[in-house]
Amino acid sequence: MDNIAGHKSGLSWVTNISVVVLVVLWLIPTVGLFVSSFRERDQISVSGWWQAPFSVELTYRTRGDGEVRPVDGGYVMEGNIFDTGEVRSSFEGGASTVSAFGDRGVAPAEYPAGTVAEIGDGETLQVNADGTYIYTSVEEPGNRGPRVYFEAETPPQFTLDNYRNVLTADGMDRAFINTLTVTIPATVIPILIAAFAAYALAWMDFPGRGLLIALVVGLLVVPLQLALVPMLNLHQRLGIGQSFLGIWLAHTGFGLPLAVYLLRNYMVGLPRDIIESAKVDGATDFQLFVKIILPLSFPALAAFAIFQFLWTWNDLLVAKVFLPSDDASKVMTVKIADDLLGSRGGDWGILATAAFVSIAVPLVVFFTMQRFLVRGLLAGSVK
Amino acid sequence: MADLKLTEVAKSYGSVDVLKHINLDIARGELIVFVGPSGCGKSTLLRMIAGLEKITGGELQIDGRVVNNVPPAQRGIAMVFQSYALYPHMTVRDNMAFALKIAKKSKDEIEAAISKAARILQLEPYLDRLPKALSGGQRQRVAIGRSIVRDPKVYLFDEPLSNLDAALRVATRIEIAQLKEAMPDSTMIYVTHDQVEAMTLASRIVVLAGGGISQVGTPLDLYERPENEFVAQFIGSPAMNLLPGRITGTGRQTAIAMSNGGTALSDYPSTDADMGAEVKVGVRPEDFRAADEGGAHIFAGRVDITEALGEVTLLYFETGESTDTEKGDAAVIAKLGGTHSNLRGHEVRLTAEPGKVHVFRDGKSLLYRDGKLTAPEAIPAE
Ligand SMILES: Nc1ncnc2c1ncn2[C@@H]1O[C@H](COP(=O)(O)OP(=O)(O)O)[C@@H](O)[C@H]1O
Ligand SMILES: [Mg+2]
Repeated sequence: MDNIAGHKSGLSWVTNISVVVLVVLWLIPTVGLFVSSFRERDQISVSGWWQAPFSVELTYRTRGDGEVRPVDGGYVMEGNIFDTGEVRSSFEGGASTVSAFGDRGVAPAEYPAGTVAEIGDGETLQVNADGTYIYTSVEEPGNRGPRVYFEAETPPQFTLDNYRNVLTADGMDRAFINTLTVTIPATVIPILIAAFAAYALAWMDFPGRGLLIALVVGLLVVPLQLALVPMLNLHQRLGIGQSFLGIWLAHTGFGLPLAVYLLRNYMVGLPRDIIESAKVDGATDFQLFVKIILPLSFPALAAFAIFQFLWTWNDLLVAKVFLPSDDASKVMTVKIADDLLGSRGGDWGILATAAFVSIAVPLVVFFTMQRFLVRGLLAGSVK
Repeated sequence: MADLKLTEVAKSYGSVDVLKHINLDIARGELIVFVGPSGCGKSTLLRMIAGLEKITGGELQIDGRVVNNVPPAQRGIAMVFQSYALYPHMTVRDNMAFALKIAKKSKDEIEAAISKAARILQLEPYLDRLPKALSGGQRQRVAIGRSIVRDPKVYLFDEPLSNLDAALRVATRIEIAQLKEAMPDSTMIYVTHDQVEAMTLASRIVVLAGGGISQVGTPLDLYERPENEFVAQFIGSPAMNLLPGRITGTGRQTAIAMSNGGTALSDYPSTDADMGAEVKVGVRPEDFRAADEGGAHIFAGRVDITEALGEVTLLYFETGESTDTEKGDAAVIAKLGGTHSNLRGHEVRLTAEPGKVHVFRDGKSLLYRDGKLTAPEAIPAE
């Protein structure tokens, strides 16, 4: 008895640990995107998101802008490099440490901090670790100070700029609304149709029912790519063309086989006695469907709704084919693929943010719908 | 509150005949019980009456109207399912109101019907609960309440007690009997495979077997005058003993020479044509008594096992040399009053009153010819 219990708990440990490992593996990219979406572009380019809480060594370019004093045999400019106009904003969080500096962009860390560098024309430049710099010149410098490059430890910085960029600047708000315009009807319409169809296929007797069910199962395995061109053609000929109506129809068509199949299989599993009882009670097929079948099918409806919503939300292919390509009707996936990846391919902050924004809504949908994915809906009905 | 008439009703699934030649008249106010072994078509027959199963042959009339093709809701029936079949997402109140709402009854009417049914079934405290918050017995009562509120012409029950535990089954059985008493005009058809339920509830029992009706009659009819071997063994517990013999005397009474040496005398009448026929003699365990010293016996054998139940003792006999295991004539059982544990291992001779000795030729009782009692007066009314 003892070793059986031990065996069982050992097994459940393995299960628990595997679940934890899977969850962690699954979450890593998401967390990465989430962290990256708050980081600045420069920081992203030098360190990974897991280093986000630590300082990074960044190279800055600035120009000395202190006051020039005449001294014996020339002029001197003194000040703190962190206070110079061009980089001041980067160091608002506090002073930092300079590790090296230079005067040319090709060699921004030519001299270690503290050295006095001859930079030609009788000019010298010294930048200390604490940021103070001394610039001397034999001739009077112009009203522009010397160009200074330096490398400094920069504290971690988090910003909402990426979100501001993604959500407003790039017309993403429009794309967001377009995506909702596509996904909501593309989720609701197939559910409505499929629920009726599934009821008929499950509980109504009519000739050819078995054949229809077989057809639905057959359609499950047809790849949707096969239908893209013929359907677009059909839409053009019908005058629907590339439009939201077109994409609703397309998503409905592509989603229906799975929806009908899923819901029929669920409804067939409902206890026959309940349905017959309702028939004896005088319910018509429609009343039976609305008052008994639908409420009892919530888990299947919710499962399919989540599924269809995610798939239409993430869809790029169908959107590319069935929606016009003008800016006004771009959905988020198209927007991200075309505009953000195209023009700002290197801007990881924007990409991460865009990705995260497009995850957010499906997450909300999932967590609101999952309360319908309940067990025990039939409890107490039949024994 | 209706009468039903089934004429040559039949049911087949494709080429499989499940039921055929079902002829039955049910009068208003009867409580008819369909009883029979599992799979004999009891539920199928009930569902045909309900309209849930197509009638593939014959005619069904309710109140003189042929209803073969009338949908369930318009037959004026209500059905209580074996599984209760409550609507799990509705409260008890809504479960009961469902049919009435569909029938577009007024709110007051619905409320009145529900509170009346709830009072009869003592469901008042549970009206706002969901079925899952009820016990098995309460669920069963809700299922019954759901049919009461509709005030149907015919109530149909399909093994309503089979999901309840033993104690609750007895209690609910009594409740159903009381319910029937409270509604003397309503016709009820009750399906069960449990002969105790059948015997205690029925005004008449319909024994179904082998796709047809084996016998129809009051519980005592079936017990005292079974029409055939099947009914004889199905009704009564322990089952009736059937012992082989040959007819040696005919007339108002029948004499039989038993294969194992005894002789039997039965009040069953027989004709000359029966002379010498191979028959089965049926004696209920409780009808056996010890044969008198020197008197004739129907059966003699060595007691194998005794079971003392207090007021009675069950004696199980060795079957002797004929270990004929086909046809279930395994052990002969006698039920004697008092305690007889000391009989174990002893030779016992048993006999029975002629009025308690049943004779079956080719499986059918000699008491019936073509389904009719030949001589009702042959069985003395003691
Ligand atoms: N849909 C069906 N198709 C074929 N045979 C069926 C069907 N339903 C019931 N039967 C058969 O009919 C017979 C009677 O079933 P049923 O009425 O449920 O028996 P019971 O007396 O136990 O209630 C069974 O032998 C069963 O196999
Ligand atoms: Mg049954």
